[in-house]
Parts: sequence; C-alpha cells; structure tokens
Amino acid sequence: MTLADISSNLLYVAFVAYLIATFVFGGAVRGNKEGSFKSEGRWGNIAFIITIIGFLSHLGYFFTRWGATGHAPLSNMFEFTTAFGMTLVGGFIVIYLLYRTPVLGMVVLPIALLIIAFASMFPSEVSPLIPALQTNWLAIHVSTVVIAEGILAISAGAGLIYLLKVVDMTKKSNQRFWLEAMMYSLVVVMGFVVANSYFTLTGYEAEFTYIDKDDNESSITYNMPPLVGMNEYTALTDDAMEPLFQTPPIINAGKVTTILWSLIFGTALYWSIRLIARKRIAAIFKPYVKNVNLQLMDEINYRAVIIGFPLFTLGALIFAMIWAQIAWSRFWGWDPKEVWALVTWLFYAAYLHLRLGKGWQGEKSAWLAVGGFAIIMFNLVAVNLIIAGLHSYA
Amino acid sequence: MENLQCKCGHINPPGTILCESCGRSLTEEEQNKKLADMRYEGTARRSQTYNKSIIDKIWNFFSSVKVGVSIIALLLVAAAVGTILPQAQYVNVPVRNDATIKAYYADVYGEIGKIYHFLGFHDLYGSIWFIVLVGMLAISLIVASLDRFVPLYRSLKNQRVLRHRSFMNKQRIYAEGDAPADAMQKAEGKLKELKYNVTVDKNGLLAEKGRFSRWGPYVNHIGLIIFLFGVMLRMMPGFYVDETLWIREGETRAIPEAPGYFLENENFTLETYTGEGEEAKFEEAIDRVGSVAKNYQTDIVLYEAPEESLPGATDEMEKVKEHAIQVNQPLKFDGYAVYQMDFRQNELRAMTFDLTNKETEESLGSLTVDLVNPEKSYDLGNDARVDLLGYYPDFSGFEDGEPQTETPIPNNPGFLVRMFTPETPEGEVSFIVIQNTIEPLGDNQYKLTFQGAETRDVSGLTIRKDKTLPILGLGGLIFMIGVAQGMYFNHRRFWIQQQADGSLIMAGHTNKNWFGLKKDLDQVSEHASLPPYTDQQEEIETQEKLKNQQKVEGDELS
Amino acid sequence: MSEDKKAKKPIKKRNRAIMRSAILALLVFAIGYTIYNSVTAEDVEFLRTGDKAPDFVLKDMEGNQHKLSDYKGQGVFLNFWGTWCEPCVEEMPAMDRQYKEFEEQGVQVLAVNIAQSDFEVQSFVDRFKLSFPVVIDKSKSVMTAYNIRPLPTTILVNPEGEIERIVTGEMSEQDIKGFMEEIRPQ
Repeated sequence: MTLADISSNLLYVAFVAYLIATFVFGGAVRGNKEGSFKSEGRWGNIAFIITIIGFLSHLGYFFTRWGATGHAPLSNMFEFTTAFGMTLVGGFIVIYLLYRTPVLGMVVLPIALLIIAFASMFPSEVSPLIPALQTNWLAIHVSTVVIAEGILAISAGAGLIYLLKVVDMTKKSNQRFWLEAMMYSLVVVMGFVVANSYFTLTGYEAEFTYIDKDDNESSITYNMPPLVGMNEYTALTDDAMEPLFQTPPIINAGKVTTILWSLIFGTALYWSIRLIARKRIAAIFKPYVKNVNLQLMDEINYRAVIIGFPLFTLGALIFAMIWAQIAWSRFWGWDPKEVWALVTWLFYAAYLHLRLGKGWQGEKSAWLAVGGFAIIMFNLVAVNLIIAGLHSYA
Repeated sequence: MENLQCKCGHINPPGTILCESCGRSLTEEEQNKKLADMRYEGTARRSQTYNKSIIDKIWNFFSSVKVGVSIIALLLVAAAVGTILPQAQYVNVPVRNDATIKAYYADVYGEIGKIYHFLGFHDLYGSIWFIVLVGMLAISLIVASLDRFVPLYRSLKNQRVLRHRSFMNKQRIYAEGDAPADAMQKAEGKLKELKYNVTVDKNGLLAEKGRFSRWGPYVNHIGLIIFLFGVMLRMMPGFYVDETLWIREGETRAIPEAPGYFLENENFTLETYTGEGEEAKFEEAIDRVGSVAKNYQTDIVLYEAPEESLPGATDEMEKVKEHAIQVNQPLKFDGYAVYQMDFRQNELRAMTFDLTNKETEESLGSLTVDLVNPEKSYDLGNDARVDLLGYYPDFSGFEDGEPQTETPIPNNPGFLVRMFTPETPEGEVSFIVIQNTIEPLGDNQYKLTFQGAETRDVSGLTIRKDKTLPILGLGGLIFMIGVAQGMYFNHRRFWIQQQADGSLIMAGHTNKNWFGLKKDLDQVSEHASLPPYTDQQEEIETQEKLKNQQKVEGDELS
Repeated sequence: MSEDKKAKKPIKKRNRAIMRSAILALLVFAIGYTIYNSVTAEDVEFLRTGDKAPDFVLKDMEGNQHKLSDYKGQGVFLNFWGTWCEPCVEEMPAMDRQYKEFEEQGVQVLAVNIAQSDFEVQSFVDRFKLSFPVVIDKSKSVMTAYNIRPLPTTILVNPEGEIERIVTGEMSEQDIKGFMEEIRPQ
C-alpha cells in the first residue's frame, strides 16, 4: 500500500467515524428527556471520543498526503475542501472542550460530512504544483485561512441551532422560509453528491463540439446527461441525449448541466424527506433542540467569530497580500477570490459592529453568523467554479 | 443640554447614562432597565451631546455605528458586484482603449455586458464613487473612534471603587447575602492570585483584569487608518513603479524606471512535469489535464552603469549579480523587484538557407542570417555570394514597390537578396519570405531554399518598486495587534462591598466571554464563601420564556 | 453649575468646532486629492516642456559618439523612430531637407533608432541618403529616460538644453520648419 493509499483510507475512516458520532450525538441529545445534562453528557462524551478518533484519522490523512505529494495538501478543490471539513471538526472539538455541547456536534458533524463528500466529487489524485504555488506561503496562507474558516463555520453552527430552536415552524414567516431555504440548500449539496456519484458509477460520458466565444471550435465532455448544450453544439457521442436548450458561448453548459442535475436530485431528495417526515426539515430538528441553552449558543456564536476573525484577517488578507506581492508582483489586484475574501472580512466586521455597537445579539446575531457561512461557501464553491480568476486551480 | 448632577453630588457631562462616580442611572429610561447599559461605561458619546452647527451634524453622522455599518455594507455589495463580470484590467483585447473595452463587453456578454459597462462596473474599484466610499469609511473610523475612545479612557481611568447599590444590582452578574466576616479578605487574596488588580476603598473592593483589551478596537482602527493612508500615498505619482519589460534571450536592456540598471536575459526556461521518475506519482493528474507547468525561469545578469555615466553608454557598466528569476523568486535590488510574469516562445533568431540551382537542385553552400544582426554580404566560397539588400522582420506587403515591415519583431521575415554564382556573375534578385519567393526581375536560375531556423524565447518581466509597502505593513501589523488585544483578551471586573449589616453585595462585568468570568468567580466564591450569584440576563430570558409559555397555554385554554 | 464653568463653555465650544472642522477638512482634502490622482493617473508625463533634457550618449553609424550636452548652444531636433513605423518613414526626407537649411543656423538633428540592427538602419539611411547623424539606442535606455511611448516622438531641445516642445505623431514639412525655427539659436 502506498502512502497515498494509506492517506485515502484514513480519510475514509474519518468519514465513517464522523457519521457514527453524528448519530451518537443525536442520540445523546434526543435521549435527554428530562433536560438534565447527566445523560446527555455520558453519551455525548462517547460521541466526542469517536469524533476525536475521526479527527486523528483525518489529521493522519492530511499528513500522509503531505508526505505523498511533497507539498501541503491545500492546493486544489479536493484538498482544500477536505481540509475545511477537518478544521470545522477541529473547531468543534475546541468548543466542545470549552462548553460541552453535544447538540453542536449533532449539527456540525453532518455539515462536515457533507463538505467531505462534496470534496470527494473533485479529482483527488495527487497533482503537482504549478510554479505560482511552489512556496511555503501555500502552507502558511491556505492553512491559516482554512483554520479561520473552520472556526467561523462553528459560529454558523451555533447560530443554526439557535435558529432551529427559536424560529416558529408552525406559523408562516420570513424566518421560517429562510431557515427552511438553508436546509434545502444543504440538501441540494447532497443532491450534487448523489447525482455526481450516480453518473460516475454508471460511467456516463457524452462528447460535444461547439463554437466558443472567440469563434473557434472547441470540445466539451459531459459527465452527466447534457440538459443544456453549448453554443452551436454537435454531438460526437451517438446515443447522447439531445440538450433541451443551448447557452450563449460565454456560459459553460457543462457547469449549468451539473447545477441543474444537482437541483433535480436535491429537490427530489428534499421532497422525499418532507413527505416521509410529514414536516419541514427544520421542524424535524425541533425535539433535538428543545433543551438548548440559547444564551450559550449565542456565546459560542460570538466567541467563534472573535477567535476566527483575527485569524481570517491574518490568513486571508495579510498573508495573502504578502504572497501576492511575492508571486504576482502586487499585493492586491481585485481578483475575484481576493474580492470575496474582502467581502467575507467586511461582513464579519459588520457583524462585530452590529453586535457591539447596536446590541445585535441572539437571533439577529445567529442570522448573521449563518450568512457569514453562506459567503464563505460562496467563495469556496462559486468563485472557484464559476467566476474564473487567478485562484481557479481546481 | 445641561450638565447632569447625580444624587451623589457628582456633576456629569450631558448625555451621560451612568454617573461617572457612583454608577447610578441618570436617565429615566436607564432607571427602568433591569440591566445597566455598560457599553462605553455609560459615558456620553461626545458627539451625541452637541448637535448644533453643521460641522457638528456632519461629525455626528460619521460618528454613528449605523452609518459606519452602512458604509461597510455598501462597500461589501459594491465589491461583490465587481466580480459578476471580469474587471477591465483582466479583459483581453488586442488594442487597449476605451472603445475596444466597451466593444468587448458588448460582444462577449451581450446586453448584460453593455449595461455593466454603461454603469461603469468594468472599472468599479477605480471609480470615483468607490474611492469616495472608502474615504467615508476612513472618516467614520477616525471620527467614531475619537468620539468613543476619549470618554471611555477618562471613565476607566477615574474609576471609583465604591459604586451605588443600584449600579451593582443592574450588572448581569450579581450576588447579595450574608458571608463570613473574612470573606472580603479571602476574596481579595484569591482575586490577586487570579492576577486581578485589586483596589480597596473603605468597605469595598474593585478587582480588574485585562483593561487594555478595551483599547483593542481603537488600536486596530489606527492600523486600518495607517493602511488606508498607505493606499492613498500609493495613488500619488512617484510612490510606486509598475513597468513591463519584454526581453529576448541574449538581449541587454535598460530597466524602465530604474535609471542606470540593465538586465541581460541569458536564458528562458519553461519546464513541464514529465510524470516520470520522481514525478511518477503525478502521472494520473498530468494525463487528466494534458500538461502541467513546473517552472518558468529567466536567467538574468544585472548590470549597473557607473553613477556619472549617461543613458546610452553601456560600455562601462558593471555586473552586479546573476539571478534566476522564477515565479515566487523575484530579483531584488535597490528597492526594486523584477518578476517573472509572462513569456513568448520560439521567436525567430536566425535562419539558414541553401543557395540551390532550381533545375538541378544542386546546392552551392548555405548561409545563416542572424536576424539580430544581419550582414551585408554572405560569401559561400567558390565565387558564390549572397548580398542582403533589404531585411523586413515582419513583412506586410509592398508599397510603391518597397517591401514594408509591420513591426520590428521577426514574425514574418522577408529578405531582398542578390545571388551571385559562377553562372550568374551579374547577380539575380530575389525576395524571400517564409514559403514564398518572388523574383521581381524575371526568372532566376538560382534560389535560396529554407533549411532551418534557430529560435529564442522572450521573457515578460514586471518591474516593481513600492515605497508604500512599509506603511502598509505597519498598518497591517497594528491592526493585528489591535484585534488580538481586543478579541483574545477580556476586561473583567468585580465589585464587592460590605454592607452596614455585615452582608455582602457583589457584581461582575466583562466585555465578553461571560463563561470565563463565571469560571473565575466560581473559584473566588468557593474560596471566600461569597453569597451565590445569579446571571440576570439568563434570568430575564427564563422569565420571558415562562411568560410566553403561560401565554401559549392561556391561548390554548381560551 | 458654577459661574466659572459657564464662562468656560463658549471657549470650549469654539475649540471643539475648530477641532472638528480641521479634522473633517483634512480628511475631505485627502479624499479629494486621492481622486484627483486617480483621475490623472493615466496621463502622467515624466518629461514636460521646460524640463532639462536628460543628457545621453549614443553612437552613430560611423561609430562617432553623440552626446546631447555637446550640442549646448545649438538647438537639437531629437527624433525617435523605427523602420517599421510608417509616419517615421514619411517624415524623414522632409527632416533631411530642413536639416540642410538649418544646419548652418545651429540646429542639429539626431535621429534615435529604437534598438534595430545596424543592417536595417544602415540600409534605411542609404535608401534616403540621410545627411544627419542617426544613432541606435540598443539598450533602449535613452528611450526609457525620455519615456517615449508612441513613435515617432520628437523632442525639441533649445540651445539652453531645455525641452522646448514634445511632438508625438507625424509632422509635415511645414511643422518641421516651424519647429526648427523655434529652437534656432538667436
């Protein structure tokens, strides 16, 4: 077994451990009928130990992969996203040691699972570094960012629990709509994972040629049945499905197709869950968050932001600027990724000012924390895959 | 507005919420609250108190958190909008001017592109309104910080140990009740052990820790202002250099904006990963994407001309150093940095021809034309000779019978030659471009056949000098110190007082991390047997929850 | 409130107004200046008329050194050109004719070629039978020192060694004549 194989097996172990821990945390929270912390604590600790095992295995993945590739495994979509899942769990472990909150594990671990599953949809073979990445700044800049984002995501986890508890799911309201929309988008990510795995396993492939924006003929390979065709496409694969419509040349129909399939699978998944449970997804969690201490969730939310914000500034802005000055000759160039790091930073700056200056605590703060996570995910997913820029290495 | 006199006799500036001396609530609104508003210690934010002249109004505008956050939000949205379509600087047009860029947006992005360009979003971050917005943020940073820092500093500096009971029982952490006689001494000892600064006055004590964390926000704002100042300087002429230098292998060029310095390009290398040997592990990844670049490198020699020498005089220049410029390894000298940014490969450098008889295809010898320094005449021996009459590096056609060149770069070299052979001692004139020969003076017996070419690469280097970097670095450093100071440390305080009847009242406050405060207090309480404390915030919430539940039950009943 | 404090109030108020006005004015000025710089950033000229023309030394086709400061007391008609640049080619014969007129009156023409090969320059000189010195800026250092962007660019240097005028683009024979008159020593 090569080091790379050991590495991917360790990641698999981590995934399974997190999965088990999620259910044990859930059981710990659900079993705590009387709202005392004794029974919750006992099962919570077992779940926590499983989480630790998973995390150690995850760290094992990280460092064995480092050994296998010869560089910090933070250089492409798969590596970065997997590391994000790891720091998210790491952040949870720190918070758990401080506050002993099984309910946080029950919410954060599934999100970490989803993130790891999402990561594994990207090419995961060990890949060499392009010249711009061949420096220690890769490890310094990206690891600081990924740790900061993991901690900031904990704040969103606490915020989410807060909202699951306070938002009334029985009455129509904006809050109910948005909370459920959040749940829906998580399910759509799952839809992407399912769709992608399904078509990969069945080995779907269809090749097309098309005319690109510079009027040259190019080709594209779909790994999912082409719902959308490129500009003036011609099918090269015989039994390929006929696209429903075609896009203008600047839009990559392959990406649009992937998004559409994710939505189709995600929506199907969402409605099956809703029909089986006969309630909204956010409402399913109600019994689990019954005994949640809101004050504590608010504090975790805030605490995670004040730990994460300085780290984020350091990693995503200061180290980023130093490296950009060395590699690209300018510390700032308004590249989309840079801009979105700034947007994230401004958002958390606004969060802090609203909280300290305008007394936005509790529910408002929880919404902001969740919003911050949405921006981080947008920067990770959309900016890398849709808005092309200097950072699009994946 | 009038100054406010508290019941304790202290005169407070207008706008004060909690008496600076004893802590009594001064406004009716504050008196009715269950918990005291401890932001800025209940002092008057300076700007709130005066609102008369227009200057005061502008000042107040920028002092408000609401305005500050609104500016942040506007910047956030604007920054995000700028990423919807690429900014003009990242757009690739053959000729860069306003018209071509406008056309690019319309052609590539259609209607959306037109609107985007019309609104000026193609250069959003350089637009006047964006700069104004950043400027307003700077004003807000300065004004709001001054307005809050000064009264907060005064108030924390002149803290009294003894506070009024109404101040104490409006703190979130509060305790009252009987305690052993030595409780005060024991609490004092324990608090000191926990590294609190303890001040005792008559029957009370004030324990305080981490006050400096309160200055964090102001320190980080100073850092930001220094950073923005650096950015402002950067926009002034002369503070930074940004030049591009295309330099061919073998060339020596003056470095733009760096008088007296010259660069010689010895060699440009482009390496890609092979996927063999050491790199075998990357094979799968390389196969998937085709090829992956491993290294872009320009080997250069840096020369410096003597100080008194003039531009154009390159004879006396001295070698300073050799360096391999790679991505992430810029050449640095005298405050300048030279970066590997771009390259063009395979520009023609020399061309070799055979002088051949058209019929017999017999060769009389070959000649190599160095395109950098062509010669007038090439002697092939045996009375065969080729004279170069004209050289056109980028041949673009004839004008009045004269061959034209579009650029000085040998993209499409054309040669006007006269060929002498023993058979044709008068010479035959021929015009040669790649894959084409024109014989302007009638049919020739001989021709030049292309044999091969040597090429060279061109390195695209960027030259930078940025005098504002130290200022920006200082701003960043101060900002980081400020956020760490404000966020990783907490300002914790306890007030304990012995009442006349021997019982104790105790209050605790922290700017954040109440969890940590309670942990400290638990230790002190246990050691000194203090009366049990309550978290009044939690109590309020529990009560509200109960009220809500009762309400729900009531609704259900009716 | 004591009488003493009441008396202090107007002074305090005035100080406050002055302080605030000064801070705001300073900041508004800083923003205004930044905008001014950003708007004018693109048309920064490194050399302006009236500046001292940077001295240089270049070799001509015969190997003679030409140093700008050696021509002090004469007007120098400094023309930057290349064989690929059509307008440069167009104006050369006119420059040569006018040079013959003005040479005696103390006007020197220096044609600075931008880093082309000796062969190309020499055949160009031969083709137009140019009588003024043609020098080659092999390392582009003179071009850099004068911040020459488009070709042709002509720098008119007066007898005092100052830049009289910067001309970009093609000149007609009439223009050339006028410019030479401008820099002719009195």
